[in-house]
Amino acid sequence: MQFTRRHFLKIGAVAGGGLAIALYDLPWSDIRPFAEVYAAGGLSPHAFVHVHPDNTVTIMSKDPEIGQGIRTSLPMIIADELDVDWSQVHVVQADLDQAIYGPQFAGGSMATPINWEPMNMVGATGRRLMILAAARRWGIPADSCTTSGGHVYDKAGNRSFTYGELAADCAKLPVPDASSISLKKPSEYRIIGEFTPGVDNPAITTGKPLFGIDVTVPGMLYAVVQKCPVFGGTVKHANLDAIRRMSGVRDAFVIAGDQHTNNPAIEPGIAVVADTWWQAQAARLSLNVDWDTTAASPTAPEQSTESFNQKAAELLPQQPSYNLRSYGDLESAFRAPSTRVIEADYAYPFLAHATLEPQNTAARYQDGKLEIWTNSQAPAGGRGQVAKTLGISESDITVHMIRAGGGFGRRLRNEYMVEAAWISRAVKAPVHVLWSREDDFTHDSYRPAGWHHLKAGIDAHGRLTAYSQHLVTFGDGKSVESSAGIGPNEFPAGRVPNYQIGYSTMPLFLRTGPLRAPGSNAYAFVGQSFLDEVAHAAGRDPVDFQLELLANTYDGGGDRYYLPERLADVLRQVAEESGWRKRKSGNGQGWGIAAYACHLGFCAQVAHVSVDSQNRVRVHETWSVTDVGSQIVNPSAARAQVEGATIEGMGHTFVAVTLKNGTAHPTNFPNYPLPRMHQTPKMNISFRITEYSPTGLGEPALPPIIPAITNAIFAATGKRIRTLPLTHSGFSLA
Amino acid sequence: MSLQLRVNRKIIPVDAAPDTPLLWVLREHLGLKGPKFGCGVGACGACTVIINGIATRSCITPASAAVGADVTTIEGLSADGTHPLQQAWQQLDVPQCGYCQAGQIMSAAALLQHTPHPTDEQINDAMDGNLCRCGTYARIREAIHKAAAAANSTQSGSSAFHKPAAT
Repeated sequence: MQFTRRHFLKIGAVAGGGLAIALYDLPWSDIRPFAEVYAAGGLSPHAFVHVHPDNTVTIMSKDPEIGQGIRTSLPMIIADELDVDWSQVHVVQADLDQAIYGPQFAGGSMATPINWEPMNMVGATGRRLMILAAARRWGIPADSCTTSGGHVYDKAGNRSFTYGELAADCAKLPVPDASSISLKKPSEYRIIGEFTPGVDNPAITTGKPLFGIDVTVPGMLYAVVQKCPVFGGTVKHANLDAIRRMSGVRDAFVIAGDQHTNNPAIEPGIAVVADTWWQAQAARLSLNVDWDTTAASPTAPEQSTESFNQKAAELLPQQPSYNLRSYGDLESAFRAPSTRVIEADYAYPFLAHATLEPQNTAARYQDGKLEIWTNSQAPAGGRGQVAKTLGISESDITVHMIRAGGGFGRRLRNEYMVEAAWISRAVKAPVHVLWSREDDFTHDSYRPAGWHHLKAGIDAHGRLTAYSQHLVTFGDGKSVESSAGIGPNEFPAGRVPNYQIGYSTMPLFLRTGPLRAPGSNAYAFVGQSFLDEVAHAAGRDPVDFQLELLANTYDGGGDRYYLPERLADVLRQVAEESGWRKRKSGNGQGWGIAAYACHLGFCAQVAHVSVDSQNRVRVHETWSVTDVGSQIVNPSAARAQVEGATIEGMGHTFVAVTLKNGTAHPTNFPNYPLPRMHQTPKMNISFRITEYSPTGLGEPALPPIIPAITNAIFAATGKRIRTLPLTHSGFSLA
Repeated sequence: MSLQLRVNRKIIPVDAAPDTPLLWVLREHLGLKGPKFGCGVGACGACTVIINGIATRSCITPASAAVGADVTTIEGLSADGTHPLQQAWQQLDVPQCGYCQAGQIMSAAALLQHTPHPTDEQINDAMDGNLCRCGTYARIREAIHKAAAAANSTQSGSSAFHKPAAT
């Protein structure tokens, strides 16, 4: 199956929304305008492009910028099709207004697939308007005109107009019909595909106020919110009078909140409001609070990682409570005399997002209207949550989207936005709520921990004949917590003759949520490590073993976004580029390989590690090949996403959030050892250009690096990593 | 209570409790938003400023400890963003989210002041206290080398890098 650009986007308009909802828990309201805007005939260039008389061009950036480079790459697309020089362009962040801009969120590597064609059309429609305006002035047919560098030229003569000279005329023209618009051929691109530094780099490198935390509003106060160390716990009593008397403190009060742990509108706690943030924070450190720790769940204070481990160990050997997909005759295949059966249990911990900029939002409630400055990844969902919690209309809320110091899925949740609005209304002043790092670590929406039992059968020829997987995850009966579910088509679904996948749940009071490549960041580790294990047991090269599977189709194959030939191609290419066939692992040196498809992208990674006599692991070099379609919009940002995904994936092998007595640990960076500069490997990064519509890069390169590293550790030491973090197996990152 | 601070070559009186961390004096009293809050315990380096030539975590430095010293923030590194490190950072497109980068640049400026031509190893040592959650380390290292080379080609020695004004 191959998509043409238009075909793909037509599918994406419906199925893309569905995908995003399933994977990222985004409210439908974030997606629906996408379908509506396109049904109504596309986006207006007037909303996105403002051409000034001096021939400079302002281009609106529609989506939240969280470090993925979208504030640069989407305007690049518009500018190229508009046919202006990048040096003419000034980028301005749009406010939240999905009726004008379409869906505005950052998540799921969705920005490129959703916006690629619309942004092309916006730019090309603008260019068409310029041509129509010039043709009218000259009294010649439109097809006698051409454009370049922000000018319209008369093909026959020596005359031209700048876009600036035509802007006023264009504003009076109707938006031309989409069928009259032609897009550039890729060979005609002059901005798309060029290394383009981020438009905010000058402000970032000179320390200009730019991030959510930097927002100030006249008369603004600062607030911290002390929440119960046990998630969802409520306040019985606190020394609020003493706190109110402290230096700079304007108010201190209880927020009753609610206890719906999965996505509370506002968590219970105590707000401390002061003239400066430091005064609020210093006062909060003097709080004495008597908490009701059982408010969220009577069992909350007893829940711990250890108790989950024990419960999972009981559930794993049993049949899954809920079957997701099964076909063939698994039991017969496993029982066949020629079948060799391999079984293993895998596990991984809760993880924190730990965005370097702690959660924060500024809000001003005045005369029934709200103005919000936020670095949310899902500002529309946040606005809805604020409206619902405060009981005001969404149309009375203005949302300004401010650059975020990292997202990674954390800012798809918006409770800090609700807090700011709530406290501003309570104290009748503009308020900036800022969480401490300890707040952030202990009240995250964690990547859920998980436990897997896997079973594989191989025949006398070393071929995979049967595969079953049982995930023990968190949930209430059949329903699972956010990002805690697995799909029916997890690899090698549809590539092996007999297959089963299912899950069982245990209750969790803690809040979970999507972390960069949700689901995939765990299931790639499990599936690609186990496959490596099975390949070795079969005496097969893991690349050959996997390519053989990818060439198979059973029971209709996998889902329609999973194109096995694309995964096979990146796997073959990374094997070639890394010299896989020539590598000799052993004696503390190891090479590992893995491939995974997620978020419409296909990526394979190879890692070279060494392990010393003290079991210290060093990742020396990585090779990645990623297929995200026909066009890399900004090669600098694209490489940056792969670099970042590789480093983050390395971190996933070594960090963990642990639950003890209902409380999350650690509470700050010293015990959450994310990668540092000395651990950065040499990264060889390739993109495989294919005929498919361009898709996103925030996520696809992350999942495969984790098993590439753990498979490399096995290759170096003979010790299979089945539980993360690595410390569980006695390893550390050097 | 009033403290006299010398920040970016200007003497400024500040009305803050002396134990207020320097970071919050810079951000909330002086309006210098370049130094960032990341952890509050000196573990991430987002708040890094240069005090008397030494890269310092301002989130765990009481403002009173900076009295009489020369404090330089990212805002004072150059008048117009033309410091070799700032230029290299922009050209190599180092930032992803960008939140840690002011701290990274200040640590790098302190390094180059003492070690104008650092090796990879020396860069790793000097920069290991600066966390980048997005993983831009490879480009940071490249940018430091580029800045070192650029400074060398225009001026001899370390004079192109930050030097605190005499107290």
